[in-house]
Amino acid sequence: MVTKVELEEAMDKRFTKEIYKKFKNARVCIAGLGGLGSNIAIMLARSGIGTLKLIDFDVVDITNLNRQAYRICHIGIEKTKALKEMVEEINPYIKVEVCQEKVTEYNIEEIFKGEAYVCEAFDNPEYKALLVNYLLERQPETVVVSGSGMAGIGNSNAICTKKKMNRLYVCGDGESDAYKGMGLLAPRVSICAGHQANVLLQLITQGDCSLG
Amino acid sequence: MVRINGNDIEHMEGKSIAEYLKEAGYDVKRVAVERNGVIVPKKSYEEVVITEADTIEVVSFVGGG
Repeated sequence: MVTKVELEEAMDKRFTKEIYKKFKNARVCIAGLGGLGSNIAIMLARSGIGTLKLIDFDVVDITNLNRQAYRICHIGIEKTKALKEMVEEINPYIKVEVCQEKVTEYNIEEIFKGEAYVCEAFDNPEYKALLVNYLLERQPETVVVSGSGMAGIGNSNAICTKKKMNRLYVCGDGESDAYKGMGLLAPRVSICAGHQANVLLQLITQGDCSLG
Repeated sequence: MVRINGNDIEHMEGKSIAEYLKEAGYDVKRVAVERNGVIVPKKSYEEVVITEADTIEVVSFVGGG
């Protein structure tokens, strides 16, 4: 088995040790483990984020394979469990907490209490709004990085990161809704996930986000 | 004059957030609203009235994730 030291030494040394220390000490909560959340978790794991909290109520379905990080061997398994396994195959020394629950107004406080960074990666726009409103209204210490608008095969360059509110970053094109005739595919969903993951790395290292 | 999502808009003063959202065609269940840098709680949309020189940001979420 690859040791913790070997993995740490294998990180790109062109970065300073301080950056990796910040990543290792950081904790990120990912709400929704679909095309956005599963890919965000894997990117953050590869970057060396020390603790991930993974939240989803669902199990892996065959229709997820077109854009989510899961494989055929995961069909029927809880997404939290499948993703934890995949993260641990990349880096077994990352601490992964899982929450196999549907987020509702009743359990939201308990699930997100004390989280500094929350990645909103739900599918349903009403749940996106529920989570974002709750965190901005009730948790003044939390920064939220949300995904909105990544359906279809439209312009990749339309997907961008915007600081929309004091503690809310929104990644996506802001308008490409998923509906009948316009589904979700791996490239644009992964581009959006990459935006969200990179906002988190910037926030963790710099405390804010460079946007141009 | 008030500023909403980066645009200067006239004759908006005196309307509630709820009235503005309805007129602009937003689905209230999908939005988050910030007024002068502070989130407006959902339960206050009817009471919070837009006033001169307000800066308002409305984020309307679309499906997919």
